[in-house]
Amino acid sequence: MDLETGIFELYRKVATSLPPDVEEALRGALKRERGRARYFLEVILENIRIARAKTLPLCQDTGIPIFFVEAPPGISEQRIREAITRATRRATQEIPLRPNAVEPVTNTNSDDNTGREFPIIYFRSSQKNNLRIDLLLKGGGSENVSQIYKLPEESLGAGRDLDGVRRCVLDAINRAQGRGCPPYVVGVAVGGSVDQVSLLGKRLLLRRLDEETEAGLSEFETRLLRDINSLGIGPFGLGGKTTALAAHFDYAHRHPATYIVAVTISCWAHRRGRLIWR
Amino acid sequence: MKKLVTPITDEDILGVQIGDVIELYGVGITSRDMAHKYIVERLMESQNLSSEDLSIYHQLKEILNGGFIYHSGPIVRREDDRWRFISSGPTTSIRTELYQHRVIKHFNVKVVIGKGGMGELTLKACQDNKAIYLHGIGGAGVLNAEKVVEILDVFKLKEFGTPEAIWKIKVEGFTGIVTMDAHGRSLHKEQLQKVKSKFKEIIVGGM
Repeated sequence: MDLETGIFELYRKVATSLPPDVEEALRGALKRERGRARYFLEVILENIRIARAKTLPLCQDTGIPIFFVEAPPGISEQRIREAITRATRRATQEIPLRPNAVEPVTNTNSDDNTGREFPIIYFRSSQKNNLRIDLLLKGGGSENVSQIYKLPEESLGAGRDLDGVRRCVLDAINRAQGRGCPPYVVGVAVGGSVDQVSLLGKRLLLRRLDEETEAGLSEFETRLLRDINSLGIGPFGLGGKTTALAAHFDYAHRHPATYIVAVTISCWAHRRGRLIWR
Repeated sequence: MKKLVTPITDEDILGVQIGDVIELYGVGITSRDMAHKYIVERLMESQNLSSEDLSIYHQLKEILNGGFIYHSGPIVRREDDRWRFISSGPTTSIRTELYQHRVIKHFNVKVVIGKGGMGELTLKACQDNKAIYLHGIGGAGVLNAEKVVEILDVFKLKEFGTPEAIWKIKVEGFTGIVTMDAHGRSLHKEQLQKVKSKFKEIIVGGM
């Protein structure tokens, strides 16, 4: 198998199935919910089952493909970019994916999911022997409800500490309500610049939902998740105990003048996958 | 479970209320961001319609009178000279809030399907024109596509692209929950009030 085919198969897996930890979290939510919320979760799980059985995209919004590449020394970035572009065109035709790349000046759809900076590709070099490619298919609905805050934020009574961050997270989820397809997966990142925290928040979405976080931060994550779920927004915003499946937190060192918080939100159809290329 | 079949009448609509689960049968269109802008700003407001625009306008008049609008941008496939929906869940409806109430009134649309709910303008249009908002299951693309049994036509495909084109579709047993009814009630509004008070309580709770 060549790299292009490997990436094509990664697309197929990610578009048509959910990672086991996400499906497990949805099953856990089903046990807690009653009434309307329970009905929604039953339909979601049935949809996941059929999509996997028929190898069809479980959601029609196959999103912006976001690649996180970690390449060992000596592998050409250009070669990987070309393989991703070819695999993207093929995936759009054959799986099929929805053509989502729209040129914003004339609002013309490129029809093949490629275009300027589309898919989004982040590169990092790695000391490992293997090429590692993570793929997120990030839906537009949940991207629209992600937020950036600059603390202090007077309207929320949010100062430059973890309680301030907590208030931002609750505000973002409260503003999102059901519009981004909850139950959500939430990535919260603090740092010194807008680009830095946006990317850090996105990278958090690559974590397994049950992944152990570093010591000292897990209590804060637990608190965030509990508070988010206390809002009662529930599946699709129509009430329930499960507004989020997980909340992840990370930080970067900031500048003395800045304290920037990114709240990155993913829908329940949290599609991520990893290709290890030997 | 209640059943609605197009063409849907005022009486049909008055017989349902928020919280009802509906099975929908019949003919309508998909229409989202670009299509709503086109329908209002071009078809309804422009004085100089091309022959293509005029033709679409008259066809929409017929389809939407007692019919439905589905906020969805599907994945489609061409098989043996026929289109088929592969995956087609609802998209976020609030983006069409500025247009939707005018479209409901102008074309006598009876059911608007989407996700996330809509605002006061649409709620009032539902009340004034006897229409409902049906909340679909976001992300359940494959299940929803199975209820779309036939693609009857497509308008503006080349210009708007697959997700934004106006697809004329026939559905059988399309399921959703009424979250805005013709009696002036909105489940979204009621739910929002509950969350609002909870939000205030939790945010001042401190660490």
